[in-house]
Formats: sequence, structure tokens, C-alpha cells
Amino acid sequence: MNIIENVSRRGFLQGVVVSGVFVLSARFVPEPLWAAEGEAAAAGIEPSLWMSIASDGTVTIVAHRSEMGCGSRTALPLVVADELDADWSKVKIDQAIGDPKYGEQDTDGSHSVRSFFDQMRYVGAAGRAMLISAAAAQWNVSPKECTTEPHFVVHRASGRKLGYGELAAAAGKLPVPKKEDLQLKPKSEWRHIGKESNALFDLPDMVTGKAVFGMDATMPGMVYASIEHPPVLGQKIKSCDDKAALKVPGVQKTVTIDTVTPPHLFKPLGGVAVIGDNTWATFKGRKALKIEWDSSPHSSYNSAEFRKTLETTSRQPGKVVRNVGDVDAAFAKGGKIIEAEYYTPHLAHVSMEPPVAVAEYRDGKVLAWAPTQNPQAVQETISGVLGIKKEDVTCHVTLLGGGFGRKSKPDQVAEAAVLSKQLGKPVKVVWTREDDIHFDYFHSVAAMYLKAAVGADGKPTAWLQRTVYPPIGSTFDAAAKYADDEMGLGWNNLPFDIPNHRAENGPADYHVRIGWFRSVANIYHAFAIHSFADELAHAAKKDPVQYLLDLIGPGRIVNLDLKGDEAEDAKSYPLDTARLRRVVEMAADKAGWGKRPMGKGRGMGIAAHRSFLTYVATVVEVEVDSKGQVHIPNVWTALDAGTVVSPDNIRNQFEGAAVFGTSLALFGEITATNGAINQSNFHNYQVTRMSRAPRHIEVHIVESDAPPAGVGEPGVPPFAPALYNAVFAATGKRVRELPLSRTKLV
Amino acid sequence: MIRFKVNGKEQTFDGDPDMPLLWYLRDVAGLTGTKFGCGMSLCGACTVHQNGQAIRSCGTSMKEISGTDITTIEGIAPMHPVQKAWMEIKVPQCGYCQTGQIMQAIALLKDNKHPNDQEIDTAMSGNLCRCGTYQRIRAAIHQAAKELA
Repeated sequence: MNIIENVSRRGFLQGVVVSGVFVLSARFVPEPLWAAEGEAAAAGIEPSLWMSIASDGTVTIVAHRSEMGCGSRTALPLVVADELDADWSKVKIDQAIGDPKYGEQDTDGSHSVRSFFDQMRYVGAAGRAMLISAAAAQWNVSPKECTTEPHFVVHRASGRKLGYGELAAAAGKLPVPKKEDLQLKPKSEWRHIGKESNALFDLPDMVTGKAVFGMDATMPGMVYASIEHPPVLGQKIKSCDDKAALKVPGVQKTVTIDTVTPPHLFKPLGGVAVIGDNTWATFKGRKALKIEWDSSPHSSYNSAEFRKTLETTSRQPGKVVRNVGDVDAAFAKGGKIIEAEYYTPHLAHVSMEPPVAVAEYRDGKVLAWAPTQNPQAVQETISGVLGIKKEDVTCHVTLLGGGFGRKSKPDQVAEAAVLSKQLGKPVKVVWTREDDIHFDYFHSVAAMYLKAAVGADGKPTAWLQRTVYPPIGSTFDAAAKYADDEMGLGWNNLPFDIPNHRAENGPADYHVRIGWFRSVANIYHAFAIHSFADELAHAAKKDPVQYLLDLIGPGRIVNLDLKGDEAEDAKSYPLDTARLRRVVEMAADKAGWGKRPMGKGRGMGIAAHRSFLTYVATVVEVEVDSKGQVHIPNVWTALDAGTVVSPDNIRNQFEGAAVFGTSLALFGEITATNGAINQSNFHNYQVTRMSRAPRHIEVHIVESDAPPAGVGEPGVPPFAPALYNAVFAATGKRVRELPLSRTKLV
Repeated sequence: MIRFKVNGKEQTFDGDPDMPLLWYLRDVAGLTGTKFGCGMSLCGACTVHQNGQAIRSCGTSMKEISGTDITTIEGIAPMHPVQKAWMEIKVPQCGYCQTGQIMQAIALLKDNKHPNDQEIDTAMSGNLCRCGTYQRIRAAIHQAAKELA
């Protein structure tokens, strides 16, 4: 059983409706439900971990994945409800605390539905079978004669029916059926999975202001903290004068936090925390601090110079991550050689809710409430930083005001725990937007070099691609220079039909914390690959869509020679070029590619990229005005994500991906001078506003029975190259770096 | 002592007169539907109404609201046609910016019963949505305008 230290405290947590404390425990629902946990565990399904049914019929389903806007908190319970045959209006969702008993909880990598779809179906099916058995026993008939309709077991022969609430207590005493004895519903009988009517569970609360985000969590007796972090990673405090800060009304005191040492992990960055009665007092107090900082090994980090270093590395041979045929022999034969270099800068996540957390340290244990993508990482991080047991850290998960990967890294939760230990009371740490942008775990800066030998038919006979960027691994191992774990993100799996191909990765040092960012390395990899494909198409004087289809080649399963997790994924999710071709054809068809006159300053571009096991093709139409400003009247995206749970939510994800893609393609750029980040808020780190967003975005979902794949991230990677290819079509200008605002188009 | 109304109720405040209304609402009054996003009136997540006009509460100090009527999302009787449209079109993803978007949209529709796309863009471009729900926001405003007509 998983009981919180001080259950009564939950009642004081302002507005936090869901408990997160359940495990189907009798103490929070009127009737105990499923059978003994041991028995359930033996059956390998453990419905008791995931749901409960009260005697009034209320079904409570546990969401163990975080909700940051992608819909997994709704999607997985919908899957349970479908197999359970529950009436969705009688379903409540409880958000799980961080606990390994739920399995992996890191809501990243677009894999919530993919990894838990089958498991959740069996949980629901086990519940339904037990309810049927309970009813059959009461009626003294065979369970085989019984069926269900939403929230009822029915015996058609006699016209009898019993509600789930009436059956819950009896069903709970039955043994949990074995997985192999369970029958899952055929697709034709799904009531929730794949239905247009599905809506986010939290939608009503979101539009009325009742939804509780991390920013809204409070604890009784808490104080507020705002932290002045070292401007450059690793800088230590030389001196700190806090006299003026302490005079600010509402400021209570200041607390120093030690500067982080590598590996940075999710540890607090260090700095000076201003503690106060309210958020505003701490912000104001911070402005009055006078701190002198030491220098750091990263004080020499300057983006313009670093770009040159990356580019130089990209021109040298690197570590080979995939090799097909012999590119060197093919290049040696001569013929037409085409080379190009691409560059993409750091990006910051800027979720609308900046990092925030509230935590209390008491008697060697920590209780935290946080908008985190990964509550188990909160446990591990605080355990490591405070030297307490992981089990003694309880992390409740609020709704996340956006995540995009930033909130996989709970450094701000660790800050709250560290401060609470020092102060002896609960602490709420609130980051400003400036903190968020200065001290992000940044999307990496990257340089790519591509080279192709082209045959008489315009198709490449050889294709070499090299990528160089500080790896995410450097956050976990300061010596890491190669992005071994990121090669699967669009680099070691080029789906093109080219006889000689080599993919390489060159080394790079980090100077800021590097982290996962929505769709990760796929962004720069897809940008380079699909810009280059378009360059080759134009060099061959071919239509870019037809050329792309020729590059992809005939429908086949691509042999990728993968290892580890990627090899496992490839068993259920082989790289199928027929599916990739289909989304290219669909996007082009919906866009009316080649069928509409474009006129001066207008053009269309295409890119197609498979990421998180989902096939996506995007066509972007641009209009470049006389001032060189780019407008995006239309976007068409076609995707094949296999089986889908909530199609309208998926369209929303891909519409959003087009806007997110617009931000990074047109404006996104984080730079450093002498180790400090130059951007600070939305005036100098712009994200797309309504006026610059694509005017019309159409999303088409391929009907498929394949296993479910990702939907949160895969819409992003093809967007920037499709947009840039459209800019080329409209202006004849080939731009090879992000963002477009760096280049004058007229 | 600063006197003002929040959601129809008389209130007083004798703290730091420079405190932005946002932090009064969130930390003092416990009205957390109004969100913090930037602190510089750049993102609109903190949008509330002052005497019926949309304002950024992060850039409005307590001394500036003296004698005025403040309405927050909690003061909008559910379901306002704008909220209904937001539900029907399923606008939100993460939801964080949406209360600010809704407050801005309600103010827009009070001044302009039938805004066209251009007018919606002009009125709404101060409200950021990092999830990128703009297309749905625009559609929801058109739908709410129809219902209000």
C-alpha cells in the first residue's frame, strides 16, 4: 500500500482535487474493490493498482503519466474505460504520485499510449470479466451468457441487468483472471478508442480557471522563494550583499545554495534564494541583491565562435553510426558531387508556466507538489541531493502548464526541498520567465555536413551525412562528447533508397545544460536531410514531391541493423517505406501540389520524417511579401500513427506542432556571450503569436490498425524544412540555417 | 489603503502599492485562475478585466486599480458563450494560457460583436499559447460571436 505520510494534509492543498493517494484503497472509496494485491500481481495485470469502482458506480482510474497538454492523462483512462465498458461520465481520474510500481512514468518521448495501450486494455478487460462473473454468480447463470453495456452487466435471455456499482463489492472479492483468459474487444466494438467525441478530462476546469497547475499548488505555512542563479554555469559566489534586499517589505531572509558541480543531472544550480511572504516580495528583493560571481570554465562560451568549432568538426570524419555500401568508393568515381552545410541554434522551451514547485522537508522525508513530467526523477533527485531514501520522497503531480521536455528535469523541485530543509517550513520556488530562459536545459546547437554523388538520373548514388552537437548525455556525464543515444532521432535511420550511405557523428563539448526539447535531435536532423533532399531535387530539375518519393523508393521494410531498445522497437514498429510514401502522397494530394498556380512570392515545400515511430509528411505554403516577411497561409500534414485513441486531440497536437515549428523556423535562437545567455523574455526570445501563425492548418490521419505510435512530438521535425523549401520555391533563396529571421529575403 | 472591487466584492489592500495586481490575486486573494507567464505584459496569461476592459494584471500595480472593478476568470459566470465555444471546439492543450485567452476574447466580443479574422488577430496577438492552439481560438471566437448575436 502506498500511503502518504500525513494524509490529512491533503485537505489543505488548495484546490488540488485529485488525491494521488489510492491504490484502490478502501479508505478513500466506499467499497473495497479488486482482489488481494498479491493475487492480482500474480495474474500480471493488477487492476487494483489502476482502478477502483465505488458502490455508487463511480469508476476511478489512475493516470500515471503527466498531463502537459498532449492528452495522455485522458487517453490511457479512456482505454481502460473502453475495455471495462464504463460510462465515461461516471469516470474520475486520479493522478498517480511518483512510484516505480506504476512502471516508467517519464512522460517524454511520445510514448505514453504506445507503451501502455495493451496493459491498460487488459486492466479494463480484467475488470469487466470480474463484474460479469459477479453478476453471473448472483443470477446463477454462466458468465458466457452475460455481456455488458456501459456500466451494466446484462443477461439478455432473462432481461436482467445489474449496475457496476451494485456489483463492485462482490466483483472485488473474485480472483483476477489470467491475461490469457481475457478477451479484448474487437475494434468494431470500441466505444471510446478512436472516437471524435473524446475530449480532455480536464477541459471544463481549464476553461473556468479551476484547473490546478504547479503554479497554483500551496501548502499551509509555506514561504515563497525566488533564486538568483549563477549567470554562467558553474560560477561560484565571490561576495553577496543582501542588505537592500532584506529591507524590501515582505522579504524574510536570504539563503545561499551551493553551486552545482558536474555532472549536473537535475541538481539545483546554486545561487542566492530570497525568501518572502509572497512571490512579488521575493522578485523585488532579488533585484536589490548585489552579488559578485567568480569565473567559470564556461565563461569563454560565445555562440559565434562555437558555431565555427562545430562546423570545423563537421568537415572531418566522425564516428560512423550507420554504413551501407561504400560512399568513399562512390565519391571516388567522380560525377556530380553536391555538398551543403546546415546550422541550427540553441532553443529554449518556454512553456507558458515557468518552472515552479512546492516542497516540505520534515523528519527526514520530503513531500512535493510539482508540474513534473517525471515524478520518479523528483524522488531520485531529491534523494541524491538530500541524502535521504528515494521512498521517503513523495511527489504529487499537478497539471503542467506546458512541458516540451523542460519539465522532465525537476531541478526546481530539488531547490524547494533543499530550501525547506534549511528553513524548516514548506517552500514554494517560483522561477521568473528570465530564469526560465537563462537557465534552461537547452535544445542543442548543431552543425551538419551533407554530401551526395548524383547519377545521370538525378538520384544519389552515395549520401554522406555528418552531425555535430553537444549531446544530452553531457548533462549526465560531463565527459560525454558523442550523441550516441540520439542517433535514433532521425540520423541512423535514413529511409532513402540509396546504395551507398554513411551517417556519422562528431564530438562536441557542452557549455550550458543540454536537455530534451519537443522532438529533440529530430529537429536539426530533419532540417538538414530534407533541406538537402530538396536541394538535390532542384539540382536534378525534378518536382520535389516526385523526387522525394523516388528517394524513398519502393515500399519495403528498411534494414537498420539496430541494437538495444531501438532493435526492440523495430520488431513491432519496422521502418516501412510504404507507410512513409502514403503520407507524402496524402499531404501532397490534400495540398493540391502542383495543381494550383503559385504566383510571384508564393511557393510550397514538402518534408517527410518518421519520428517516435509515427510517419509524418508536411506541406507548407508561404507568401513572402515585398519586405521579405514570411506569411504562412496554409499547412497540410498527413500522419500515420497507427491506432489512435483521440483523433481530435491528435489534430490539435499537429496543429500545435505547426505553430511550434513556426516559432523555431522563424524566430527561435538562444545565444551566449561569455557564458551568459543573451535572451531573457518574450521580447527577445520570440515565439509565434496568432498574427504570425499559419492561417490554416489541415491535419489528416491515416486510418490504421497498426500498434499506436507517438503523437506529441512527431509533427515538429518536418515543419522547418518544409517551410524553408517553400521559401526556396517562392524566392529562389536557399537558406541553410535556423532561424529565418537571420536572413534577409529581399 | 487601496479600495477596489474583485468579482463584485469590495476589497481593501494596505500592502506594497507597487505589487502587481497579478500577485495580489494569486498570493493574497487566492484567485489562481489568473496565470503568471512573463511579468512584462508580453504573454497575456494574466489577463483580467478592469472596468470591463482587458488588462495585463502583471503590469498593473495595486495603486493603479484603486476605485476600479476587477473581474477575473472566477468572476465569469460559467458557462459564458466564450467558454462554451472553447469546450465545443476543444481549444486547450495544456490549458495554462487559456483563462487569459478567454478573458481577452470576452473583452473583444463586448466591443466588437462580429470580429473578422484580422480583428481577432489584432485583439488576440498579445496572448501567447506555446501549445499553438491559435486556429482553434479563432474558430471558437467566431462561434461565440454567433451565439452572442
